[in-house]
Amino acid sequence: MADWIEACAVDDVDEEDVIRFDHGGRSYAIYRSPDDEFFATDGFCTHEKAHLADGLVMDDIIECPKHNGRFNYKTGQAKGAPVCVNLKTYPVKVEAGKVMIDIG
Amino acid sequence: MANKRDYSLVGESTRRAIETGLASAEWYHTDVARKGMKELMQRSDGPAIRDTIIWIAAILGSAAGIVWFWGTWWVVPFLFVYGVLYGSSSDSRWHECGHGTAFRTRWMNDVVYHIASFMLMRNPVQWRWSHARHHTDTIIVGRDAEIAVMRPPDLIKAALAFTGILDFRYSLPTLVRQAFGKLSDDEMSYIPEMEQHKAVIAARWHIAVYVATIAVAIALKSWIPLVLIGLPRLYGTWHMVTTGLLQHIGLADNVIDHRLNTRTVYMNPISRFIYWNMNYHVEHHMFPMVPYHALPKLHELIKHDLPVPNPSMWHAYREVWPVLLRQLKYEDYYLKRELPPTAKPYRGEFHELDITAAAAE
Repeated sequence: MADWIEACAVDDVDEEDVIRFDHGGRSYAIYRSPDDEFFATDGFCTHEKAHLADGLVMDDIIECPKHNGRFNYKTGQAKGAPVCVNLKTYPVKVEAGKVMIDIG
Repeated sequence: MANKRDYSLVGESTRRAIETGLASAEWYHTDVARKGMKELMQRSDGPAIRDTIIWIAAILGSAAGIVWFWGTWWVVPFLFVYGVLYGSSSDSRWHECGHGTAFRTRWMNDVVYHIASFMLMRNPVQWRWSHARHHTDTIIVGRDAEIAVMRPPDLIKAALAFTGILDFRYSLPTLVRQAFGKLSDDEMSYIPEMEQHKAVIAARWHIAVYVATIAVAIALKSWIPLVLIGLPRLYGTWHMVTTGLLQHIGLADNVIDHRLNTRTVYMNPISRFIYWNMNYHVEHHMFPMVPYHALPKLHELIKHDLPVPNPSMWHAYREVWPVLLRQLKYEDYYLKRELPPTAKPYRGEFHELDITAAAAE
């Protein structure tokens, strides 16, 4: 069942960047791609507990700040060692200047 | 009475590190605004392509000199240059490309990573994982697989490291063992199961190249193939050890603040080229996302929060030597790095006891 919640304002995230969003005891990462699209994933790297929001966004890749593990933040796909487990992604929509994610 | 350190990765120290929360802990980071950090983290192919062209050209040029002057004394300077490029600068290329920060383009990092791993006789799969562990648990006894000088220090071993003999004696048999499909308990503790078969395949490739090199040497009845492939790990390793030992030697262990266990040393431009700026080692450990070419800028940005760097390698070794001698008797002793007044103080939790103990020695 869908459970849309407001994560941030559109302007809170720079282009080709990521911010952290905490809700209900969980951490999420909200991305804005170079094409001005928004995406959301779990906030922690699947390798070790590091906030992806401290990492680097390059095109459609998020690189973890701890061990430089890389994921495609659009699909959640792990791109090789040291990350082997895919990242959970969440549906995103933009309404009235707000970024909404479906955590249901 | 202090507990004796157990450096295995599946022993008593490992258990203690996990129990006390030292393993996979939250480490101290100097505050850096996101905007500034984003700029520093930016990747680009340019600097690494330039440096790699210089590196490969110098390797090929010095190799040509070795072949040309073989049998005369003129070969010595070429051996000196080739050895350092092959046996030492490969370490920094392995390191930076392993992090994926040298080039922006992933495959370029991977190609240089594999070439450098071969030069170093390092299994590229095993060492990728051991280095990830080194960054998670830097100098945490029982967790870090890359502690170069253990306590109490074995000074003969440390001295022999400059000749490459010990590394050679360890690395080659390790590759042979792995090529036969055998990983040690320590290796299996940090290489995930799904990656272990890749480590075996990589070891087989390395061994195959060494066997081919030996076959060529026999066929040509010449030492030259071995002098060019394999043996530089012996005669060219001294620079890697000279620079690399200073990263953590004599400093604290079992702490979660890189300012206490890692050292930044100012170095001459040639060593910095060979070492790819890893002399800014506190900065690298605190922010491993920052490429080597941006480390001097990062250093300028955060040096107010770090211990004052050693002004030279000579200064650093002079500082370390008495610490090592003291550790022979009191292995808990270490060099406590003073912070400048502008820095945030060391956190209590894991550090106060150690610092008090060291000060009391």
